[in-house]
Amino acid sequence: MSAKRPLEVVGQPRRRVDARAKVTGQTLFADDLSMPRMLHCKLLRSPHPHAIIEAIDISRAAAYPGVKLVLTGKDFPVPFGIMPVSQDEYPLAPERVRYVGDSVAAVIARDEKTAEEALLLIEVTYRALPTISSPEEGLAQPMPRIHDYGEQGNIHRNQSYEFGDVEAALANSDHVFEDLFFYEGDTHMALEQQASLASIDGDGKLTLATSAQNPHYLHRQLSLVLQMPASQIRVIAVQNGGGFGGKCDPAGHEMVVSKAALMLGRPVKICLTRQEVFYQHRGRHPVLMKFRTGVTKDGKLTAMHLQTLLDGGAYGSHGPASTFYTGVLTPVTYELPRFKFDACRVFTNKPACGPKRGHGTPQPRFGQEVQLDKIAEKLGLDPAEMRLNMATKANSLTSNWLGIGSNGLAECIRQVVERSGWKDKHGKLPEGRGIGIAASTYMCGAGVSIYWNKMPHSGVQLLLDRSGQVTVFCGATEVGQGSDDVLASIIAEVLGISTSQIRCVTGDTGITPIDLGSYSSRVTIMMGNAAMQAASRVRELITAAVIEPLETTPEQVVMSQGRVFAADDPNKGMSFVEAVVLAETKFGTLGTVGNYSPPKPPGKFKGSGVGPSPAYSFSACVVETEVDVATGLIHIEKVWIAHDIGQSINPVHVRGQVIGGVYMGLGEALMEEQVFRRLPAKLSNALVHKIPSLLEYKTLTSADMPEVEVMLIEEPDPNCPFGAKEAGQGPLLPVMPAVANAIWDAVGVRIDEVPITPDKVLRALKLKRAGKNPRVGPEYFPDVPYPEPVFVLPPGEGGDGKESKKLESMPANSLAEVSTS
Amino acid sequence: MSVVTDKEVQRRVHMTLQVNGEEIEVSFAPYKTLLEVLREDLGLTGTKHGCELGECGACAVLIDGEPLLSCLTLAVECEGRAIETIEGLAQGTQLHPLQEAFADLGGAQCGYCTPGAVMTAKALLDKEPSPTSQQIKEAMSGNLCRCTGYQQIVESVEKAATCCRSAERGAA
Repeated sequence: MSAKRPLEVVGQPRRRVDARAKVTGQTLFADDLSMPRMLHCKLLRSPHPHAIIEAIDISRAAAYPGVKLVLTGKDFPVPFGIMPVSQDEYPLAPERVRYVGDSVAAVIARDEKTAEEALLLIEVTYRALPTISSPEEGLAQPMPRIHDYGEQGNIHRNQSYEFGDVEAALANSDHVFEDLFFYEGDTHMALEQQASLASIDGDGKLTLATSAQNPHYLHRQLSLVLQMPASQIRVIAVQNGGGFGGKCDPAGHEMVVSKAALMLGRPVKICLTRQEVFYQHRGRHPVLMKFRTGVTKDGKLTAMHLQTLLDGGAYGSHGPASTFYTGVLTPVTYELPRFKFDACRVFTNKPACGPKRGHGTPQPRFGQEVQLDKIAEKLGLDPAEMRLNMATKANSLTSNWLGIGSNGLAECIRQVVERSGWKDKHGKLPEGRGIGIAASTYMCGAGVSIYWNKMPHSGVQLLLDRSGQVTVFCGATEVGQGSDDVLASIIAEVLGISTSQIRCVTGDTGITPIDLGSYSSRVTIMMGNAAMQAASRVRELITAAVIEPLETTPEQVVMSQGRVFAADDPNKGMSFVEAVVLAETKFGTLGTVGNYSPPKPPGKFKGSGVGPSPAYSFSACVVETEVDVATGLIHIEKVWIAHDIGQSINPVHVRGQVIGGVYMGLGEALMEEQVFRRLPAKLSNALVHKIPSLLEYKTLTSADMPEVEVMLIEEPDPNCPFGAKEAGQGPLLPVMPAVANAIWDAVGVRIDEVPITPDKVLRALKLKRAGKNPRVGPEYFPDVPYPEPVFVLPPGEGGDGKESKKLESMPANSLAEVSTS
Repeated sequence: MSVVTDKEVQRRVHMTLQVNGEEIEVSFAPYKTLLEVLREDLGLTGTKHGCELGECGACAVLIDGEPLLSCLTLAVECEGRAIETIEGLAQGTQLHPLQEAFADLGGAQCGYCTPGAVMTAKALLDKEPSPTSQQIKEAMSGNLCRCTGYQQIVESVEKAATCCRSAERGAA
């Protein structure tokens, strides 16, 4: 216990703790590491999208001067995968390749050039198999199966959940809107290409320094693949040059260099080329969506039936979670009494899709927010007012049993409406100019770990000594988002010192307590809560040591600005260093730990583990645009975005994350796409990547980026450290639909898919001029064999959170007017 | 045209490069890019690589004051030319105003594009001490950044320009 005082570090704009190293070029990324006697690794990748490996002859490559080792699939008998239910990858494909770019062999040589030359000497005999390029093809062709596991044929995951009788509610709605949307796949494109350096330490243990967001999960998978005790392996997540989800999966090349280092007893390094980064992928799933949404005539939602179809690519990756995420967060923004979602992920012969910023939720968010715009139009309502009237409330439960804590959504909407001049602009700007709105939510950490266990999600250890030095150890991983700064800030705030007095040691499984990693926007809340606990325990020790000399009580002790003093007599005090000396004298060596586990999710049905979070962030976005009707070119004039951050830890970097999210969202809205094409049959019929380079994968540059006005809404959440919620993923979500809605307002066309490129705008404008439905988007939704839904009564209908039997509803004659737009 | 044999390609060249105001002797294979020589032979890993084809700007350094992509420049072409990298920007422990501004205003998030972006901005400010934000955006448009959305980079360059100008005035 000690006295309350105003926040001194948290909430103050500050230079982040690692900024100096970044601006001087001193930050070391994985590819900046080198060691004496280091060897280099290159991978041979498949030119076929789907083939059996009949034979591999490595003899010429192995004999090439300078080559130390050649590895193939037979050196790696154990499969791996980030999720326990999708252990379907091998570091090197043993008998079958599943996409162009799948790795089949590795050469380790004295330098990269030698390794590259030797790759050309490896002879692989492939027998080509039929390929699947899309989920529709995968559904139509159950054979041959890309994997011999999954639901059936080429369906990887297939699921259905129903919260309340959705058909009955739709039948009783004033209107039912039915719309199809498509979201094209795109990739993370972190500027840093993945690199890894494996070495054997003096004590014989393996160390892998690598670009990784989740060193803990990688550590477990390495132990599995290498068949070695985890205690003999140390994974260091080097500072990442951006992640965005692309470095979440354990990767084959990390296993390969580890194995090679163990076999050769020398350091082995690999750095993926940019082309290989596109193959590694794990990016945004292409998703086809169908929304059937019931509304009352005054624009309140009654029920929604959402169906999604995901193009999973060649491997499982995070797919089982991604599949859930195309549904579960949909009811968190607006009150939705009943909700049903069916989701199906199909394997295709393309690089595996996985988690990218927003993980599975930007796709349905795009569909839902564009559909709301259409509903408002049809009902003659203001789209902003309609959203405001049905925004979810703080401390409520959604129909699918997600518990919302603090909720700044309504305030976010009000702020963007006011700052953008929405009321004077929507529907009132001259032809060619328009304004659109959308809102969204995201989680602050997945409530359940990727593998089942009851241990903490984050651990922090704090060490203080008589010099006043404070060292904090935590497995959390810096991917550029500022996790080290958040860690230092929270400890500094609790101990009343400055962040410059703290040394952060993070992301190293050899020396730091476990933190599950930089994914699901979990770091600030989970690491932050663990840090709060560790720091509070140290504060208690220091407090107990100073009360006697200060002649005060614990409740009166204040730690502030590097001093420890009594609240009732601030002159009676000492420096922080002197207080630490007293504490070390009294208690011996000073160290504490803290940890955090999320609260139990309210839902108790099977599958209720995906979606729950200790807190949810909210965002609202308004986009103003100008569309050239002659060329279809879209110019974004300005973006207003309000984000409910709970409490900024460092507002400079919260704002940076928000603008960065808007930037990436604009890229997805307007140009970013990871697409594939078939080579002509006479050339092999192969399915190849259209754009594995930064030259052709288009992103916004500084010259394209519009002004972004950021409003931070601070509704502190009781589950979060100092109330701080996430900013890394949420602010991307409303951007794409706000762009689409602005284009409608500008030129009266609906582009129901992203990216929204000029050619699509021109096509829609042509339809409009011809008097046809001025829409470009998917035309049909295939017949997907979704399973019988798991039925759960919503909280508002007396449910207990468990699966129950669906009561036979009356076969109500639909009174609803069905609109398809 | 003389025929170059494989052996000759492999043979290292030996030359003196001027890097950050210092003359450094270095030997390297003649096919190596300036980026590779800086990173691998001189240990100057502050300059990054992001695409290997001159699209991302992470490898930008100044050569005779011009921002150039070191991944598209052969090191053998650089003899006698002044090469500036991020490592040479601070004066002792005193950061350059661009570095101060990038650090204070969020111009660097993950930091991977930062060295290239800072060097490109330095070339701009050396030529144009009072750039408009449009000029900054155009000058920086070859430096891809995946984290910041560019706005805080532009703000950092604007602030650094102001600081540089007032330092000039102070010195005058």
